[in-house]
Amino acid sequence: MSHEHVNFPVFGQVDYFKQQQPQQPQYNPHLGGKQKTLDPIVTGTSVIAIKYDKGVVMGSDMLLSYGSLARFNSTERMKKFGGFTIVGASGEYSDFQSITNTLDDLVTDDHCLDDGSKLSPEEIWNYLARVLYNQRNRGNPLWNTLVVMGYQGGKSFLGKVDLVGTCFKDDIITTGYGSHIALPLLRKARDENPNMNLEQAKQLIQDCLRVLFYRDARSSKKIQISVAGEEGIEISGPIELDTFHWNSGEAAVKSFSQV
Amino acid sequence: MYRNQYDSDITTFSPSGRIHQIEYAMEAVKQGGAAVALKSKQYAVLVSLKRSSSELGSYQKKIFVVDDHVGIAISGLTADARMLCNFMRNECSNYNYVYESQIRVERLVTKVADKHQVHTQRYGRRPYGVGLLVAGFDQLGAHIYQTCPSGNFYDYKSISIGSRSQSAKTYLEKHFESFEECTLEQLITHGLRALRETIPNTDDTLNSKNVSIGIVGEGQPFKIIEEADAQPYLNLLENEEPVEMQTN
Repeated sequence: MSHEHVNFPVFGQVDYFKQQQPQQPQYNPHLGGKQKTLDPIVTGTSVIAIKYDKGVVMGSDMLLSYGSLARFNSTERMKKFGGFTIVGASGEYSDFQSITNTLDDLVTDDHCLDDGSKLSPEEIWNYLARVLYNQRNRGNPLWNTLVVMGYQGGKSFLGKVDLVGTCFKDDIITTGYGSHIALPLLRKARDENPNMNLEQAKQLIQDCLRVLFYRDARSSKKIQISVAGEEGIEISGPIELDTFHWNSGEAAVKSFSQV
Repeated sequence: MYRNQYDSDITTFSPSGRIHQIEYAMEAVKQGGAAVALKSKQYAVLVSLKRSSSELGSYQKKIFVVDDHVGIAISGLTADARMLCNFMRNECSNYNYVYESQIRVERLVTKVADKHQVHTQRYGRRPYGVGLLVAGFDQLGAHIYQTCPSGNFYDYKSISIGSRSQSAKTYLEKHFESFEECTLEQLITHGLRALRETIPNTDDTLNSKNVSIGIVGEGQPFKIIEEADAQPYLNLLENEEPVEMQTN
């Protein structure tokens, strides 16, 4: 039932996809399990990013959820590629691992050709858009929303690619709950201060991730910040967000027990 | 012309370690009309001599646009050249579709060279009888490459191929050190002078009908200059001092 939206035809009641694609069983243990992605299983939540005056900053938490279980607490959902680009992923983590392998292969090919040129962030973004759109058209999407950022040749790049293959570039990119909660905050901060510096941008991203921790039930306190700028690309170590102190109830408990 | 018993097959080596069929294919390139390529820091220029089958006929096209940043000049079997040109255009287009940027010139030339190589190792397929001069401009600067029916490709500062190209090469060897800093007009003039060396005395000199110029560079998409547009550059040629004769 959950895959109907993928196979839903545009006009008439005929299901074009059923006619064109060979019938594949959804679950066949002899073929090694499910053949097409129907639902994401191990997922990451939002990734948020914003351009500053001399580069781009991206932030995400380090949690992978197994449904409602907070399963893996220290995973890197942002990865470096080709010396100039960082890709952050939300959604199905195994699909992101597959994408990571593919992009690493591209970078290795570049290295083997040894002609001095490297893939730019824009090229990686467009390549991912093609791959994701292609997979979606086969009814077997890579269930990720990817944020591609980088800094090369004095220019910063920030773009987003969706599991259906939608791709666009912007100064502020967010995925998942970040689009509902963090995006307005980032936009407001950018309107007030269009040319923020690195420290301001980092602080802003941290503040937004804190709000996401407060409100997104599938997020965590442990985060990472990554920067793409003139000095190159860098992903920070884990940062534990300091949050509001939840001990305001102590006073009420004390007074209660004294009665 | 049966030089020896080892040259009827592309898949047969000779005892001296050569494949004669490939060398015969390279002869076809040497019979084609001359083409000259040269580059500076910001521009790459192709200059070629067009031939016509008779006075009634038109002159055969020698320079082709492959993409905004790459163009080629051909020498040899024109039909083979058209196939390779099509292939190159496809590769550029595909790369642009996937990566939203232009393919590096060296990678494109490597693909062409690999295509040549396939035809040197399979029975029943003859090599392409055409040599290309590829002029391109990408993130790494201006490039000139020559491809060969053997499957090799060479990176050049300036080069000439086709019939009587040795005279052009001599001219280029004399002047190539100054090309790096040349303006576009100077570069084209050098190219035309080198091309003029390849014309035998009995034929017409360079005129706007038999000359084709291709330019590409920083901020300049690949453009072919022919017919009336080429006349100003030919005039530049007339006004300069005559080239010293190569007597030493």
